[in-house]
Amino acid sequence: MDPAQTALLAKDIGAGLATIGVAGAGVGIGNLFGAFVSAVGRNPAARDTMFRDVLLGFALTEAVALYALVIALVILFT
Amino acid sequence: MAGPSIDALGQFRLTTGLGPLGASVNFTNSNEAMLGAAAIIIGLFAAGLRARAIIPGRAQALVEILYEFIRSMCLDTIGEEGMRYFPLVFTLFSFILLGNLIGLFPYFFAFTSHIAVTLTLALFVFIFSTGVGFYTHGFKFLKFFVPEGVPAWLLPLLVPIEIISYLSRPVSLSVRLFANMTAGHVMWEVFAGFMLLLTAGLGIFGVIASIIPLGLNVALVALELLVAGLQAYVFAILTCLYLHDAVHMH
Repeated sequence: MDPAQTALLAKDIGAGLATIGVAGAGVGIGNLFGAFVSAVGRNPAARDTMFRDVLLGFALTEAVALYALVIALVILFT
Repeated sequence: MAGPSIDALGQFRLTTGLGPLGASVNFTNSNEAMLGAAAIIIGLFAAGLRARAIIPGRAQALVEILYEFIRSMCLDTIGEEGMRYFPLVFTLFSFILLGNLIGLFPYFFAFTSHIAVTLTLALFVFIFSTGVGFYTHGFKFLKFFVPEGVPAWLLPLLVPIEIISYLSRPVSLSVRLFANMTAGHVMWEVFAGFMLLLTAGLGIFGVIASIIPLGLNVALVALELLVAGLQAYVFAILTCLYLHDAVHMH
């Protein structure tokens, strides 16, 4: 196969591999909301104050997944 | 590939706005959206605060809710000095929120999906909070990079880590906002592209099947509405946290 085509294929494979990082963020978000649900089960009165922190944690965790996505996009489009 | 293809990043392309006059000074559609966002905020506040009623109407209540929200965020996070930095945090929050919300409409431009814009905002926050730290503590602010209560032999390892994590703040702050907005819009574009591919490939059956990506896009609008508010909130509260670090050094 000619090298330019191989390079393109490798690019696609690399972008695919870069998205594996999203799995970690999935675990993180699952953990976060799992802990939130069990905490609300123990102390329903604290739900509102906890939910603010959960939203912050959610956004911070989601950002990690998006870093992986940015890397995949950079690999694909540059 | 024949037929329509998905151009996921074409929507972020900058074009010049305002006709030939705008083209001559490189006034882009991104700048138009920024001006629009600023005009909406100022217009909303002018309209909401005109009545100054004790029992607020709808516009005034909206303005008061926004004000109270950021005010309590500043006071809770930064501490009692928080009100000094309230104007900055409020400006950042409302500008980013309006930028995200304007971008949700079709054919409107999301200026927060450009790393140049978010990095400028993040660098401003970073330089400002560092400046606040040096202004309030002088060179004692450098003690911020030396964690307390750790054995001295660990310091050569910990101090560089602290400095690197401090320097990575503007990067994470800007990339978070930029990546969230870009990812949302790219997802829309990809699902909309599925509709074109389906109709081109399967004919009338594809038109019916297009209901699925269309429905997903509608659901994504709800998600993106959440993300737009959440990212503005996160940007504002992280600004507050950085200012807290600068004012209280821990």
